[in-house]
Order: sequence, then structure tokens, then C-alpha cells
Amino acid sequence: MASIVSMADIEATAKGLGIDLSAVNLDSITLPPGEDFGIKSDDDEDLYHEEALELEAGFGNVIVVDNLPVIPLEKFEKLEGVIRKIYGQIGTIREGGFWMPVNPETKKTLGYCFIEYNTSQDAKSAKENTNGYKLDKSHIFAVNLFDEIEKYMKIPDEWTPAEIKPYVPGENLQKWLTDEKARDQFVIRAGPFTEVFWNDPRQLMPELVYRRQYWTESFVQWSPLGTYLATVHRQGAAIWGGASTFNRLMRFAHPQVKLIDFSPGEKYIVTYSSHEPSNPREKHWVLLNFFDLRTGKLMRDFRGNADDFVSGSSNVTGVSWPVFRWGGGREDKFFARLGKNVISVYETETFTLIDKKSLKVDNVADFTWSPTDPIIACFVPELGGGNQPARVSLIQVPSKEEMRQKNLFNVSDIKMYWQNNGEYLAVKVDRHTKTKKSTTTGFELFRIKERDIPIEVLELENKNDKIIAFAWEPKGHRFAIIHGDGPRPDISFYSMRTAQNVGRVSKLATLKSKQANALYWSPAGRFLVLAGLKGFNGQLEFYNVDELETMATGEHFMATYIEWDPTGRYCATSVTSVHEMENGFHIWSFNGKLLYRIPKDQFYQFLWRPRPPSLLSPEKEEEISKNLKKYSKKYEAEDQDVSLQLSEQDRKKRKMIQEEWDQWVAQWKKLHEDEEQLRLALRDGEASDEEEEYEAKEVEGEEVIDVTEEIVDSDEDQD
Amino acid sequence: MRPILMKGHERPLTFLKYNREGDLLFSCAKDHNPTVWFADNGDRLGVYRGHNGAVWCCDVSRDSRRLITGSADQTVKLWDVQSGTQLYSFNFDSPARAVEFSVGDKLAVITTDPFMGQTSTIQVKRISRDPNEQVGDSILTIKGPQGRINRAVWGPLNKTIISAGEDAVIRLWDSETGQLLKESDKETGHQKTVASLVKSSDGSHILTGSLDKSAKLWDSRTLTLIKTYVTERPVNACDISPLLDHVVIGGGQDASAVTRTDHRAGKFEAKFFHKILEEEIGGVKGHFGPINALAFNPDGRSFSSGGEDGYIRLHHFDSDYFTIKM
Repeated sequence: MASIVSMADIEATAKGLGIDLSAVNLDSITLPPGEDFGIKSDDDEDLYHEEALELEAGFGNVIVVDNLPVIPLEKFEKLEGVIRKIYGQIGTIREGGFWMPVNPETKKTLGYCFIEYNTSQDAKSAKENTNGYKLDKSHIFAVNLFDEIEKYMKIPDEWTPAEIKPYVPGENLQKWLTDEKARDQFVIRAGPFTEVFWNDPRQLMPELVYRRQYWTESFVQWSPLGTYLATVHRQGAAIWGGASTFNRLMRFAHPQVKLIDFSPGEKYIVTYSSHEPSNPREKHWVLLNFFDLRTGKLMRDFRGNADDFVSGSSNVTGVSWPVFRWGGGREDKFFARLGKNVISVYETETFTLIDKKSLKVDNVADFTWSPTDPIIACFVPELGGGNQPARVSLIQVPSKEEMRQKNLFNVSDIKMYWQNNGEYLAVKVDRHTKTKKSTTTGFELFRIKERDIPIEVLELENKNDKIIAFAWEPKGHRFAIIHGDGPRPDISFYSMRTAQNVGRVSKLATLKSKQANALYWSPAGRFLVLAGLKGFNGQLEFYNVDELETMATGEHFMATYIEWDPTGRYCATSVTSVHEMENGFHIWSFNGKLLYRIPKDQFYQFLWRPRPPSLLSPEKEEEISKNLKKYSKKYEAEDQDVSLQLSEQDRKKRKMIQEEWDQWVAQWKKLHEDEEQLRLALRDGEASDEEEEYEAKEVEGEEVIDVTEEIVDSDEDQD
Repeated sequence: MRPILMKGHERPLTFLKYNREGDLLFSCAKDHNPTVWFADNGDRLGVYRGHNGAVWCCDVSRDSRRLITGSADQTVKLWDVQSGTQLYSFNFDSPARAVEFSVGDKLAVITTDPFMGQTSTIQVKRISRDPNEQVGDSILTIKGPQGRINRAVWGPLNKTIISAGEDAVIRLWDSETGQLLKESDKETGHQKTVASLVKSSDGSHILTGSLDKSAKLWDSRTLTLIKTYVTERPVNACDISPLLDHVVIGGGQDASAVTRTDHRAGKFEAKFFHKILEEEIGGVKGHFGPINALAFNPDGRSFSSGGEDGYIRLHHFDSDYFTIKM
């Protein structure tokens, strides 16, 4: 502690030194940096105290374990040993941090104990991991944080009915689907702005719906059915929606949220944050929250060591998002996570593990859900130097029954691709030769919807070809593969059923040496964009798989991102800020006609607003596509009206621009003539011929006026 | 339209200028030798030797007898076009950036770069008909704008000087007094360095090209912004067609940034815009580096472009160019 100097002492010292204290501006005195002359700052001391308080008085690192067996004193040490063993695994128990109170009358324990950890993190994870732990049949642990006991104590014993809030009618969140012109929306982020537009291909430009500066702090994301737009902020995530106003509908508090994920049926939103410790000795932990989307209620949180959430995936740098994958289609019934030797499948009724335990699959490396059914496909790599083959299994949830499995030999890697209706599963198998020097690739094709799930093996004609891309036709039976070794790979199309070959896969066509490395099927199927991104500089080929012909080729130089609109009518290509130049997006028609281009600097994101699935039955859809002519008449007439109107507008605008320009030219011409003599004088009078030349040019200038007259002609034609 | 490739410079091109008749093309480059070419077939006619640094700009007198060149060797030189002899050398204490003869060729405006603590200047020199009477004194020196002044040209009747440069502002100066008359509007004007500035054939309007990826058309008497042409890349050079209502714009990213990306990333293209409608008409690709210089032949039937790659490409327009309808 610093010695306290009284004001009187200071005055005395000042007198001794001959300083008039009243003349000194005390505020102007500053100490040299880093030097305190032995005087402790009051502020520092306060801070010190506060920290100490937190360390000593906080009970955040203490847990209470209830439902312990009540035992006499002689068994005390044994029980302590058991408990210490259980809780010592989770974190270090502080010295003297274990206390199991004993009833002094009966000389028996009271059936609960206190455990103090070094950190509150450990205490929290202890609570999560051991609450409900079965010591034996009659002793199921109830674990709580000490700090929370008080909270529970406050809950009144009497039940009072919850206050029912009056019903407030909300906005129609699906209003955007009723657009008269049946347009689609998209959201873009460029610079500080986030903007939502209608794609208006008739007007050949987008129409602004909503625009906001600094709407999000990292990115935006549509919900899977397009109802909500999510923004991400430091404090948490928010969802927005509504007719055109984009009102905030709900906030989900989650400090430092990094990633978000919607459930496929838009019932839940998952938020994720990763907390890297500033102190390397502390643990890197992550937090995942499950919220109910409509009520904003926190349904469940998962927190734990970052390592536990990264396991299973080959991604070393971080989690493979989403950590929890949703299954069972749009009903949002199940979600699952890959763990060490297990797949943990949870159901959303209680947000707990199905049957209270994880699905045990030794050495499981990866799994995927069927997009429509509660079926998990998982794969186990080859083990024991090839003695134990690699395995792909299909597991039904919640019964956890294995529906089908296949053993595969000499496997180096496996990738699984579901067709989006869940009818087929393609498993890409990379096999190495005996020498392990080269690999070959084949496919195992599962027909999920057929009896006994038949599996077919597909090998490429040239086994050594590398597979660059694979994609199923949405809602269809076909798939496309880019394969090859050189700089110009081939593209092959296969069908799971053709007219001649119902139960077998057959090749439709191969396109030789294409500049493509990515496949983008139209969501409606049939059409496909073969894109050459990255090294190929944005080559695009629009291909019709029904006719097996190229409809058009194009280029969006340096394109980084391609997305079809949800109806399959238009395709957007964009260059995002990974490139310095060319930022912006292009909109193409399905058949490869460039409709319009919008350059935007610092372009970050382009996302089409998804649509919910069509309410029409498949029969009705077929009927429409058969009688398309009848239905399209109306729209063609509208198209024509719009294009007439547009050309009319355009003509008027051009006329105006031309008139404005003519005024400038007339003014300049007059000034030029006025100054003719002066100019002549400047040139010592010798430049008359150029003035004539100038006149000649003016005649050419009148050609422009001719153009206007032509337009007037066509005006009259119309009248 | 098959271009004539003119190889003669060993370093990036900096400026191109046709004489009034359009039969000669003068080129400046970072090598030290301004060159004159036949504008019809691209044959090299001669080289003006004497500079000891990159040559940034040149102008030729109305009678095609005198050439003036400004160089990084801190001199501006007057040449006899026909013989190639150096007639006079103005010495400065910093690199000369832009030069232009006035109407009547009795004056020349010269800009100098900021250098070793000196600010940039705009200077006016008197040009004598007889080279023996030539003196080096400036009759006017203007200081003020921050950074380099990339171009300075004479306004109508030599009454004004229009300048533009690194501070993105277009300025109108009184050529008698050196007084600042007008500045371009900061809101609507350029946002980044103005790299080039050209006059229409009658001097009534000017076109400026800027690294903010746009070119703008201004009234040269009032500095009223008339048109803006937006492109995807920085504009290094631009010119106005004397024949049709077209402007041509060329550029590419900064030379130092080229090698960081694919060789085509720059897409070094001269782009044609409709002057009145501000709409893109088409483009002419070909250079291996950013385009640094562009010039229309005074007859409007050909144009040439000079690139960072050291080539000049001379394009004679096809007949369908003249019938483009917008």
C-alpha cells in the first residue's frame, strides 16, 4: 500500500521548496509514462479488488450433485472415490473442492455433495454431461450449478396461470409469393449495403424492394423455404420478413455468433459461436444454441470443447458446418452429430438423444441424411491395413435399424451424394491399387425406394479418370459427372432409368474436352450449366439434357458463384470480392441469353430467395406442361405489352437525351461561330480552310438528327 | 478490322497524338525516344533522339513543323518535325508531365510533377516562330493543386487552361492571370486520379478518364458535367471521335497489379461508348497490358491505342462501324 500523504504535508513541502502552491495548475502535472513515483493509483486498486472478488466469491465453478446414495460414514471414502473419479474426468477438482455434508445425528450422508472446479467452464460441462447420470437404478444424478440453486428456490410453490397475451395478427410472410408478375427475389450485399431486389427480366433490370445500410455484421441467409432473411450481429442473430418492409420478427441472443443454420422446415434456428481463449492454457470452447424460430425460445444448448465438435471431419481448421445436420425432411424431427465412434441422433420433441443414447458406429468417418426420409447413410473407412473392409450403411431412424450395408475393399475415400427426392444415393468410391500408387474411382448406386434397396456398380470407361464433379438432376433420374485428367475434362450423363432400361443405369452421352469444372442443374431439372470457374475464367455452357444439345455458351469473366433461381427460369453468375476487379452479377435466362449485368464494387453475396415447394400435385404439373401453349398465351401477351411499353419509354427517353444534346451542340456551334474571327486573329489569319472543314463536320453532326427523324417515322407508323 | 501492330518502342507507351491532317502519328513511351509514324500504314518515319528519361506527353503544331515533348528528364524539348533536330530545351527542376500548344502555336502550357519537396506547377511558355529567338522564361506559373497534374490543355480562344490530376478535381484557370475560375463539383465529379483529359475537335467539350472506373464529358467553358461513361476498370486513356458520336475508353488495372492475376484478368480492351446515350457499343481487345494511350485519327476513320506492352495498335474501322445504329 502506498503511504498516505496528507494535504498539509504537501503544503509544508511546497513551502520548504519555496513554491507557491496556489500558482501551480495541478491538472497540468503529468507523470512520465511508466513511472508512478511509488504512488499507487486509486483506480488500479479498485480493479484489483474487483478481480479478487470475482475469484473468491463467485460460485460459478461450484456444482451441486444430488440423488447420491445415503451412506454411513464407513462407506464415505469409497463413495468419495467414485464421485471424484466421475467428476475428475471432466475437469480438475480444486484442492479441498469436494464437500459431502453428513447429518450429525444419523451419522449418514445427506445424499448430496458440492464440487468446486477451477473454472466455471468445467462446472458447466460437468452439469451438462452428468445430469441424469445413472450411478445405479435408484440413483440418477441431478446436477445443478450452485449459482442456480437460488434461482430455483425463488420459484413460487403455488402455480399461477400464465398470462395470455392478446392475439396480434401478424403480417403475411408469404406475400412475396403472390407477386403478379411471378417474379423472384434475391438479396445482395455490396459495400455497406444489403439490398433485396425483384428480378425483373422483362424490364431487363432488378427492381429494388428493400435496402438497408449495415443491416448485418457478417452475412445474410435466407431460410430454406424463403420465409425469413437472417442477419448476423455481434449480439446474436435476427430474422426479418414480411410483405416488402422486412420487419424484424425475432431476435436470438447469442454473443459472438459466427454461423447459423435453419432446420429444413423453418421450425428451428441453430446458432454457433467459437470462443478462442486469450490464454493458451485455457480451453477453446464452442457454444451451439437451438432456438424455436417463431417463439424465440431457447430449446437446447450444447457447449463443449472445440475439439469434440470438430472430430470426425477432416477439416482441421474449424468445425464442419453444420455441426448438427437435420434429417427426416421438412418435419424437422431429427438432427444428428458425428462424434467419436458414434452418431448422436436427437429428436426435437424433447431435444434429447433418441433412446437416451447415441448410435454406436465404430470409426464412423462421415454420415449424411436422406433429404426426405429419416434415413442416415454413414461410412466407415478401411481399417487394419485392409483386413477390415470399408463399409457404407443405411440406417433407419428412430428404429436405428440397418436397412442395407455394403462392404468395399481397397478404399481410400468415399463421398455420398443424395438425389434431392431421396430416391437414389450415389456413393463415389476412390480405390487404390495394390501398390497404393494410383487410385481409380467407381460409383455404387443405391435405389432407396425399391424393394431391398438394390445396389448397382458403375465404373467409368476409363477407370483412371479423376472425378471433378458429380451432380444429380433435381427431381430426376439422371446425373452428370465431370471426369478426366487433363486440362479439358469430359462430361458424361447417365440415367437411372431409360425407356429401354428401367432397372439399370445407362449412359446417355459424353461431351469431350470441355472447359468446365462445376455442374449446376436447374432446380426444375432438364437444363444444366457447365461452368468453368477459377482456372477457366468463368466459361459457361447452357446444356439441354433432354435433347442432349448445347443451347448457348457464354462467359462471365472471373465468375466465382453461380446460382439458379428457385424456379429454374433464370441463372445468376457473380464475381464476389475475392477478385479485385469485375465485381458484380449477371442474370441469364435458362437457355443462356444474357439478360442484364449489374456491376457492384465490393460485392460479397448474391442469394436467390428460396420458394416453398409447389402445392400442385405431380399430375397437375404434368397436365400443365402438356398444355403449356394454352397457359403460356396469357404470359406471352403480357410480355409483348411490356416490351412495347418499354420500347415506347426508351424511345421517349432517347428523344429527350438527344434533344438535350442538340441544345448543347447548338450552343457550342453558336459560340464557335462567334469566336471565329478571334480565332483567326490568334492564328494570324491563315486558318480559314479549317473553319470550312469545321462546317463540313457540322453537316455530319446533322446525321444524328436524321436518326431522330427515323424514330419519329416509326412513331407515325404506329399511329 | 485487322489492326496494324507497330513495334518500335521498348517500354510502355504513354501518349499518342495525330497531326491535324491525320497523316502522321506521334508516339511517346517510357523509352526515351518519341517516334513518328505514317498514320496510314504504320511505317516508322523517324525517332527524336535527345531525351534522357521517360517521355510523358507531346504535341504537334498546326502546320506539323514543330513537335514539343515533355519528359521525366526534367526537360521539355522543341523539335523540327521533318529533320528530327532538337531546336530548344526548356529546363525544369522536376519532371515535365503534360504539354500542349495553344491555338496559333504561340504559347505552350507545361505541367511539372511534385518532386523533391517542390509542388506541382502549370507553366506557360512563349513559343517563338524563329527558334533562335526562343527564350526559356515562363510568362505564367500556377501552383496550388495537390499531387501530380496529369493533363493541362488550353480552353477556347486560349483564354483558359483546364487541368486535372491526382486530386480528381478538374480546374479551370484564367490563362492571363493564373486565377482559379472554377472547380468541378466534388459530389458528381471524379472520385480518384484523373489520368487523361482530351478536347473535342472544336474544343467545346472535354472528356476525362479516371481511375474511379469512369469517364466524364464536361462543357469546357463552364465545367458543367454532361455525361458519364461507367466501365468496370480504371480508365487510363480516352478520346472523342471527331466523326461519330462515339467515345473510346481504355485502361486496365494498375500496371503493378497486373501480374498478380491471370494474364487475361485485365481484359485490356478499348471500349466504345455512344457519346450521347452513354451506352456501350463494343470493344476492341488485343493488348497484353493496360492501355495507356488512345487517339482517334482526325478523320475519325481509324484510331490507335498504345499499351503497357510497348505496342501501338492501329485500327482502321470496317465499313459496318459507320452504320452502327443504337
